[in-house]
Amino acid sequence: MEVQLIKIEKRNDVSRSIYFLTPVLAIFLTLFGGGIIFYILGFNPIEALKFFFITPISDLYGLSELLVKATPLCLIAIGLSFCFKSNNWNIGAEGQLIFGGIVGGGVALLFYNHDGFYVLPIIILSGAIGGILFAMIPAILKTYFNTNEILVSLMLVYVAKLLLDYLVVGPWSNPEGFNFPETRQFSESARMPILFGGLRIHAGIFITLITVFLTWLILYKTYLGFQIKVSGLSLKTAKYAGYKGKTMIIIVFMISGACAGLAGVGEITGPIGQLHRNISPDYGFTAIIVAFLGRLNPVGIIFASLIVALTYLGAETAQIFLQVPKYTGQVFQGMILFFLLGSDYLLFFKIKFLGLKKNEL
Amino acid sequence: MYKLFLRSLISALFLLGFSINANAEFKVGFVYVGPTGDHGWTYQHHEGRNAVEALGIKTTYVESVPEGADAERVIRQLAQSGHDLIFTTSFGYMDPTNKVAKDFPNVKFEHATGYKREHSNVSTYSARFYEGRTLLGHMAGKMTKTNTIGYIASFPIPEVIRGINAMTLAAQKVNPDIKTKIVWVFTWYDPGKESEAAQALIDQGADIIMQHTDSTAPVQVAEKAGVWSFGQASDMQRFAPKSILTSIIDDWAPYYVERSIAARDGTWKQQDTWHGLKEGMVAMAPYNSAMGSDLIKEVEQLQKDLASGKAHSFTGPIYDQKGNILVAEGAVADDGMLAGMNVYVKGVEGDIPQ
Repeated sequence: MEVQLIKIEKRNDVSRSIYFLTPVLAIFLTLFGGGIIFYILGFNPIEALKFFFITPISDLYGLSELLVKATPLCLIAIGLSFCFKSNNWNIGAEGQLIFGGIVGGGVALLFYNHDGFYVLPIIILSGAIGGILFAMIPAILKTYFNTNEILVSLMLVYVAKLLLDYLVVGPWSNPEGFNFPETRQFSESARMPILFGGLRIHAGIFITLITVFLTWLILYKTYLGFQIKVSGLSLKTAKYAGYKGKTMIIIVFMISGACAGLAGVGEITGPIGQLHRNISPDYGFTAIIVAFLGRLNPVGIIFASLIVALTYLGAETAQIFLQVPKYTGQVFQGMILFFLLGSDYLLFFKIKFLGLKKNEL
Repeated sequence: MYKLFLRSLISALFLLGFSINANAEFKVGFVYVGPTGDHGWTYQHHEGRNAVEALGIKTTYVESVPEGADAERVIRQLAQSGHDLIFTTSFGYMDPTNKVAKDFPNVKFEHATGYKREHSNVSTYSARFYEGRTLLGHMAGKMTKTNTIGYIASFPIPEVIRGINAMTLAAQKVNPDIKTKIVWVFTWYDPGKESEAAQALIDQGADIIMQHTDSTAPVQVAEKAGVWSFGQASDMQRFAPKSILTSIIDDWAPYYVERSIAARDGTWKQQDTWHGLKEGMVAMAPYNSAMGSDLIKEVEQLQKDLASGKAHSFTGPIYDQKGNILVAEGAVADDGMLAGMNVYVKGVEGDIPQ
């Protein structure tokens, strides 16, 4: 009698080009899987996919919206890549985004009806500082008290959300706003300049692009970047090499907090223009998908953020034109991640089928 | 030359984008804040949409649209893809609706529960839910044994304060010893928080649970604890068949039908609508027979009087918590006062969160 045994072995030689091609493969598999889902729902799969992925960006407004949506995702994911590369699991970017938004928004309210070119830079800077301060909590607790940063950073998301709730309901609510949970609309001087009339794409995109460039510079051209990568690959090696592990943890959390804070301040001074309870549709969590889909690589993250942003827009157009539930967007995001992780597994491990006789066992 | 080319290319792309989507057929769009299956707020708006669709008018909806940066894009996409009338059914869509309305003067916009009509193509509408609260107060005052009414409130906006006051006034009229205890949950929909609030109120001695939130959690808690409750937005009877005395139903269907026909026929005009029991925008679910036929008759009579205008939810004398007079004897509160209401009446416990 024969029994099939499965043995999983680590592959030693993983080709670099295939490593960067698997996200593309994951996207194609997602399109294929999505097509099947649409077919089961009773739609022409090609047409449905066209409404999902082409229609939203078939005009300038759509393209601008894609960038509006991708800007915060890209920025946060870039920041997270520093943490993830060095084995620091910052899951609370959403909280850092919200806290950055709170600090930046507070400054914007302070400068209400105040003109001057310096207003916006101060707000942006304070948003970044807010993000940094909030990211420092899990970082310091991890370095000095050995706590788990996943738990601490995740739980702090709720703290930030509740703090925002408290502020917009109470002390910061619009005095002319009938107690509705929102602040005043910020003055013009506190708003991100719009790049093209009629479109919503704003100057925040430059912050993102500059950050991407700086990230590439730090990660690939500096000693710090080298340290981050080495610690990510092997903490022991990093220790033997004499890298200051604690300082590095603080630095990567600072960078990722600053990016999340900037994303938050970009949202409230950009498309939203005020503080209320819904300043982020979970950008901080979605950015985790973006970071991994982009292989923690600055250029990869740009593409990943555009694709994930497109799944949001696509879900809206698909509902408008086909009336499929909006949650298909989340299904697509889930499928992309699933196929990526699945193909990664097959990339790093091989599965061997061993046919064995029973008496050999 | 290059610049000219670029510019014409951009405008050509723009026109292409618009013309692809331009469509002659009359269409109505709806933007929902929740899923259509929430059995509360969005569910009822969706029912209203179904009534419009039943007329043979083409409709589209987008559900679970966050009240942040995404709302403007969704509203704009509906306007751009040839919808002639767009209902935005949550307060948080107020600024995005007005912003998009400015760029699409030929499209009509209807914003629920807001107060900004910045352009002539924006109307606002809401319901006089407080009339339903008056009926609830009457029933609560008669049914309570502990003289304590538990009230789960969402946000301290005038609409919610008005409901609390209307209910308390009506309950006091039939039972002067009544006390209203309030828990603020600062959310419209959070089954977890809502059920905790319901439990806390029951623990404090409330034997009537009322909610100004949208989930069915509070009535289910009340059912388990064996106290009375009232449903919100839609008929929630099947979630707590023993406990629910009735539900206040938001019936948007007649309004949506009327406005859709007006927009289609070109008679649509900007307006601020505030309809109640009279017009049917506020309706009551069947009354629980456990109340007894006498009480049901009383409530039905009061419902008729409120609808006909013979009775008013805010008839003087009305005092605030400190005993200052708000509405003089024999007078009724005007709509201006109701719209901006931000004080509790006598008999409500606690302070309005600021």
